[in-house]
Amino acid sequence: MASAMDQGTVRPGSRIPAETAIHRPLRVRLAEWLDGQSRQLFIMPAVVLILIFSIFPLVASLVLAFSRLRLTGNMRFVGFDNFEKQIFGSEQFHFLGTFGEISVAGWVLIVAAGAAILWWLVAYARSGFTWAGFIGRLITAALGFGLAMLLGATLLSGQPFGTLGVTLFYVFVGCAFQFAIGLGLAFLCAQPIRGRTFFRVVFFLPLMITPIGVGYAFRMMADTTKGPLAPAWQWLGLGDFAWAADPWAARVFIVVGDSWQWIPFIFVVLLAALENIPRDFVEAGEVDGASRWQIFREITWPQIMPVAATVLLIRMIEAFKIVDLPNIMTSGGPGIATESMTLHAFFSWRALDLGEASAVAYLLLFVTVIVCVSFFNLVVLKRVRTA
Amino acid sequence: MTRGIETALSRRAGTGGLTAVGLVLALAGPALAQGKPYAGVTIDILTRPGPVIAQRMVERGVEFTELTGAEVRVHEVPFAELFQKLLTDWATGTNSIDVGVFQSGWGVELQAAGLLENLDPYIERDDKLDLQDIAPYFREYNQKIAGSTYQLTIDGDFHMVYYRRDVLEALGLQPPTTWEEYLAVAEATNGLDHNGDGTPDYGSCIFKKRNAQSYFAVQSIAASFVQTQGTGQGIYFDLETMEPMINNEAWITAFEIYKKTGDYGPPDEVNQDIGDTRAVVQAGRCALAIDWGDIGPLSIDPSGEAIRDKMGAVMLPGSTRVLDWETGQLVDCTPEICPHAINGVNHAPFAAFGGWSGGVNAAADELTRQASYDFLSYMNQAAQSNVDVTIGWTGYNPYRNSQLENLDPWVAAGFSPEFAENYLGAIKASLNHPNMASDLRIPGAQQYTGVVLDREHSRFLAGEITAEQAVANIEEGWEEITEDFGRDEQLEIYRASLGITN
Repeated sequence: MASAMDQGTVRPGSRIPAETAIHRPLRVRLAEWLDGQSRQLFIMPAVVLILIFSIFPLVASLVLAFSRLRLTGNMRFVGFDNFEKQIFGSEQFHFLGTFGEISVAGWVLIVAAGAAILWWLVAYARSGFTWAGFIGRLITAALGFGLAMLLGATLLSGQPFGTLGVTLFYVFVGCAFQFAIGLGLAFLCAQPIRGRTFFRVVFFLPLMITPIGVGYAFRMMADTTKGPLAPAWQWLGLGDFAWAADPWAARVFIVVGDSWQWIPFIFVVLLAALENIPRDFVEAGEVDGASRWQIFREITWPQIMPVAATVLLIRMIEAFKIVDLPNIMTSGGPGIATESMTLHAFFSWRALDLGEASAVAYLLLFVTVIVCVSFFNLVVLKRVRTA
Repeated sequence: MTRGIETALSRRAGTGGLTAVGLVLALAGPALAQGKPYAGVTIDILTRPGPVIAQRMVERGVEFTELTGAEVRVHEVPFAELFQKLLTDWATGTNSIDVGVFQSGWGVELQAAGLLENLDPYIERDDKLDLQDIAPYFREYNQKIAGSTYQLTIDGDFHMVYYRRDVLEALGLQPPTTWEEYLAVAEATNGLDHNGDGTPDYGSCIFKKRNAQSYFAVQSIAASFVQTQGTGQGIYFDLETMEPMINNEAWITAFEIYKKTGDYGPPDEVNQDIGDTRAVVQAGRCALAIDWGDIGPLSIDPSGEAIRDKMGAVMLPGSTRVLDWETGQLVDCTPEICPHAINGVNHAPFAAFGGWSGGVNAAADELTRQASYDFLSYMNQAAQSNVDVTIGWTGYNPYRNSQLENLDPWVAAGFSPEFAENYLGAIKASLNHPNMASDLRIPGAQQYTGVVLDREHSRFLAGEITAEQAVANIEEGWEEITEDFGRDEQLEIYRASLGITN
């Protein structure tokens, strides 16, 4: 029996009478049902994959962060103990640092930071105030003031800081250094110089190398007594200098290794941005008699600013997770001087303290999200709007 | 035919498990090896990265395959991850590993969780092992947990002090018998050219890298300050309360001596793992070194040409001042306080690590368990191990009486008779010492020492904290671990590990 649609009496998209649908073949009805569900079916694999590989681990580690799990025993809920241990308890020195009497310099930093943050909030309140924006800024201000207090109470007071401070050192110092060098190299390679294609390839190569390899290579090169550069170190009078025994030297060497690997990333993105600037703009500036600095400040920089801010944001997010180089080059030493938060979590996991490892990982997530969202909202979006 | 034997073996194993006689006989000689009783069986072993420890198992594994048909696969992971990988594999039921070769003290936690196979029945059926030839400490302490044998030793470990005979003789110095003398000799020899290359060398070399094996050396120093009453006293906890015995003047002194040795060592000593330090020793640049038995065989290795027949070994130095367990202060040794002292010096040679030992996964299938045991037995048997311990790169040190008493294999390997006697004498003096200090053998041992002690001593070396702060932090960390595992349970196992049964 021919269906209503076969006879052309039903327009596409109109509902089929129930009694008519029942009499159609199962295959056709199934095909129609599948057609109706196609959007969900097409998106389902992606959703399932995200659930399995992203959401589930996130939830599982959240559960672990509030638990004490012994693989040979059982699992028990411990509330906020794992977090409390990091911030106020026996692991405070490890995560935040060792607190002592705050020095004058420490107080100066804390008071200055407090005043600056207060001024910033007041200035915002007097301008285009919204509650959402104010709460966001309040969170940023709280983290900023907390970090200022941390630096004042530890580093500026002669006390060692913990893995949070070390991570921020890698992020802010490392990213600033990498951005400056990457931008400089991009400018150089954007110039019409001989062999620039060769230099582009050479500058890009470190990004291809595994971080473990970079770690071992820099560990060997920094070895002043028996590495391949030992004669050079000795010629410079640094043959007895043990960089791995000095906290700041060790941190700086790790930043150097990290920069060597990641400068190419910034370089290649900024080079692409530079080469996309319309030549007309620059030529117009030159015709008007602008200096090279003026051309950079007024034409080039505003043009590449959105890309530069974005690449810096991506690099910062990546830098928060640094683990390979400090693990390979120093194992987090001397002491805990080069231990990043990710390495902290890794060592806790390796010690089978899965609760502490998860708690540290979540603390890292909080810090990363607040810093990067603040940077995005307050720097990237602002610059993009004004560019 | 092979399948027939395997089936028959499986059937027998299923009905009573008495397969070992046939299997061990199969190892006895080529004539019986034709049967290949383990054809199709794979033994997966997890241990530290080679060549040390792992590589010799690979080589012996090839022989074992030819004899029995079982394929031996050695998987290597970094030392700091070994225990966690093994525990995770076994505790979660993954069971991809059949044999773990690890520090014997770690076996206690595995055994408590029912993850280790009791090897007593296998040993009873094994007429090749010659259990009584294994030195008493390794046989009764190292291999046993709760009175039963759960592990087979393949490496016997004690820390000793090595010294350059030629350097000390030239300066008219004697090998150190106390830690003060150790520092004095290190100071006197530091900065001199020990290998004739024209550059100043070092007075003392000790591996001090974090997250490696450096935390053993500070225990070697502390032991003679802490333990005076024999092995049963221990160096870690109060025997009645399980409170840490580390926040006291003895450990603080040990920490400070340990740090002071760095004044006479390589500038990057705090970033040197054991392999790095041994390379410096082999290059002839160290007058003194603390190490396991490996330096002896490494000195006759081609890579150790600079120190060939120039090394000497002595039992770990001791102390004339020891811990008063009541007050936490150091007091002078008296015959009552230090009943085992020699010339007023209390020695407590530290069985650092205890040795690499193999344990079998209790969840492996029966034929694999038997094959795994047979492989460990093969490694342990004198026919193999008496050769292996004389080769430096294997990382295997002597643990059998026949290895310690018979100089011939050592001389055949390249030792001079004098050095062989000196080297084995230092090991025997440590092994037979009534005040020998045992390594920690309780659940969580790796966390107590490999994590907490390691981290704090590393922070102390880096100058982040004082020795007083370090021991206070360790005390707090150890208490947390004890509470986590259960104080009463830990106390009972700790006492049992020291041979205290009442």
